[in-house]
Amino acid sequence: MTKAMPRELTRQQYLDLYYYMRLNRTVEETMVKLFRQNKIVGGLYSSLGQEAISVGSCYALDKKDWIAPMIRNIGALLVKGVPPRDIFMQHMAKYDSPTKGRDGTSHFGDLDNLHIVSPISMLGDLIPVMAGVAIGGRYLGQKIVTMTWIGDGGSSTGVFHEGLNFAATQKAPFVLILENNLWAYSTPVRRQVPLENLADRARAYGIDSYIVDGNNVVAVYNTAREAVERARAGEGPILIEAKTFRRLGHAQHDPAEYVPKEMRAYWEARDPIALYEKFLTAEKLLDAAGKKEIDERLDTLLTAEREFAENSPMPPPEFAEGGIYCTGDDCHKIRAKWERAIAEVTPPKSSVKPVWTVPGFGSGKGSGGAGAPIHFGDTPAPAIMEKAGENGRRAKPAKTTGKNATKKAMKAAAGASRKARR
Amino acid sequence: MAGGNGAPTNGSATGGTQITFLEAIRQAMFEEMERDPTVLLIGEDVGVYGGAFKTSEGLLERFGWERVIDTPISESAIVGAACGMSYLGLRPICEMQFIDFIVCAFNQITNFVAKGHYLWNAPAPMVIRGPSGGGVHGGPFHSANPEMYFVHTPGLKVIYPSTPYDAKGLLKAAVRDNNPVLFFEHKFLYRRIKGDVPAEDYTVPIGKAVVRREGQHLTILSYAAMMHSSLEAADGLAKEGIEAEVIDLRTLLPLDEQTIVNSVKKTNKCLVVHEDTKTGGIAGEIAAILFEKAFQDLDGPLVRVTALDTPVPYAPTLEEYFLPNARKVFTAAKELARY
Ligand SMILES: Cc1ncc(C[n+]2csc(CCOP(=O)(O)OP(=O)(O)O)c2C)c(N)n1
Ligand SMILES: [Mg+2]
Repeated sequence: MTKAMPRELTRQQYLDLYYYMRLNRTVEETMVKLFRQNKIVGGLYSSLGQEAISVGSCYALDKKDWIAPMIRNIGALLVKGVPPRDIFMQHMAKYDSPTKGRDGTSHFGDLDNLHIVSPISMLGDLIPVMAGVAIGGRYLGQKIVTMTWIGDGGSSTGVFHEGLNFAATQKAPFVLILENNLWAYSTPVRRQVPLENLADRARAYGIDSYIVDGNNVVAVYNTAREAVERARAGEGPILIEAKTFRRLGHAQHDPAEYVPKEMRAYWEARDPIALYEKFLTAEKLLDAAGKKEIDERLDTLLTAEREFAENSPMPPPEFAEGGIYCTGDDCHKIRAKWERAIAEVTPPKSSVKPVWTVPGFGSGKGSGGAGAPIHFGDTPAPAIMEKAGENGRRAKPAKTTGKNATKKAMKAAAGASRKARR
Repeated sequence: MAGGNGAPTNGSATGGTQITFLEAIRQAMFEEMERDPTVLLIGEDVGVYGGAFKTSEGLLERFGWERVIDTPISESAIVGAACGMSYLGLRPICEMQFIDFIVCAFNQITNFVAKGHYLWNAPAPMVIRGPSGGGVHGGPFHSANPEMYFVHTPGLKVIYPSTPYDAKGLLKAAVRDNNPVLFFEHKFLYRRIKGDVPAEDYTVPIGKAVVRREGQHLTILSYAAMMHSSLEAADGLAKEGIEAEVIDLRTLLPLDEQTIVNSVKKTNKCLVVHEDTKTGGIAGEIAAILFEKAFQDLDGPLVRVTALDTPVPYAPTLEEYFLPNARKVFTAAKELARY
């Protein structure tokens, strides 16, 4: 686990972070109103109290980088440049929405300009996909970083493991933000994961991780920016655990009565926007006039965006048909944007010897040193060698493994190999 | 098999040659990667080892580590990552070491890959391929024919060829297609079937069936390994004066309804042979299509010769009983012809 170095932000950056958090919250407040007026077709999720994570992490990316938001990452979409009307129309299933009514919520993307991959509902699925975008981008020489988010709950899916492990083996330039908001629907994190810090999951993949206060937007930004820079420099994927709290129910239908009152009160006192306003005021970056200006700006923008969304028609029924295949004429144009010499990946330059090289083999660094209970054969293990020489047979491998334990382990292994027929 | 630099033995200078089904697949990948640097191969043991069945032998040697990617045993990650790559305009080919393991990536394929274009205009030009099918005593987990799970998934294309010519031409077409294509390779055919392939570049169109043998007494529809059993049965039937029209479906999604309906309108009888289990197999879908589009033309029941509705059993005696074969096709066809 690493701690991010503090860094200086420009005045504009400080104010951007504030603006996007406010925009994030106001967009969601507007949608609650729409929901209460029955104008939202499906469910409505909220990121109340978690805005600092979506905004701070996405703000750490460059324009060319790729994101895949989850349902509570409206803030990331806004930072990327998605207009609020698109978010409103998605929820209202309007014909002018990015998916033209074929999907809802934040399930939409933009391959060409904003570099957003649409999520699907199945938690964790974005992780290998964004690893693939990262690997693909590296292959094309684009120097991009990819980012997605996952919940404390979603971090227990199989595909989280498969995706992160694969990303790690490939050293993919990929940053994963784990939003630990303490709840997965009605299940508290203690019932999901037997770990104090979910960042510890990173150790299983040999990748670095950070823990950050998810309600402190500057801390989130700093940490994410450092992770993004390191990933871009080729250090491989990085996991960031942002500690926070889901202030509302799982979605609008859920009053979340299972959440202890004290817990809610504790976190309500740590509202990320209120905390940040205090900071900005103390640093003389924001005053009452500046705040009022932003209030008005948001009001004007969202009134117009909402009006546009409400005026958009529902899709015509027959639009349900078609669009299953990309025929080449009517859809996204598929082309790779090369930013390296193609000759590097085509023969003869691409030609290699099809053999594994095992770096460090024989150096004694490969398998936990001579003290490891089992050796890969790449460790000199002097003690073993000496004893073997003395007795003319194998000595017991290490202190930690008693005679019986070794025997047991060997037996178990033999049994297992008998069972494993193929 | 592979030359010094991994080039296929069927070089452009030698003209058309007889090659195995397996070599056809290898050549298709090799030539597509040669032609287009956006084509990559990703899967378990596809690189240094050249694939469990050696379908990618020589590819790493020629195209290098970035284009031939050995992965951990993570089918969801393979498919997910390939999908992500495809969003950048790359055209990855995923190998499932055995097609049985494709269901480990079922969610990625059916929810992520298949729905992307319909929902958000995101085509995923990728191929998922691997060895399938029984008859080699692979047992219940190395003999699967899982094609129908995916035929039931809008957004995918599903190919299951029976000849080296088609395997090569269809795999090339799959790589060039803008949509996710599942490509099933019947492993019984890998080294048992040889056929001519032209020296020059060619593709076989996806979604087109082919008439392998003309006849007027009944239509036999089949694909993959059962295609060969059906042709063998048709030879036997001919000796008894029954001329069967044998059609190779080749692509199961989208299905070539026109060729099927045209033939049945001519012969008025239809037998479907597949190695997949009976319930929910493509024969049921074909029956429905014929009832919709050729009901008046049918002079007999639609007959199915398929595997049993059980897992694929291991013992040779059991597996032989489980699978359809030329004799079973012959018997059923003869009865139908007499109907
Ligand atoms: C694979 C999968 N299983 C179940 C669900 C249903 N589901 C949607 S959100 C959710 C809880 C998610 O909790 P968490 O990952 O902590 O995210 P949070 O809602 O707290 O942001 C569940 C169970 C799903 N979307 N995907
Ligand atoms: Mg949660």
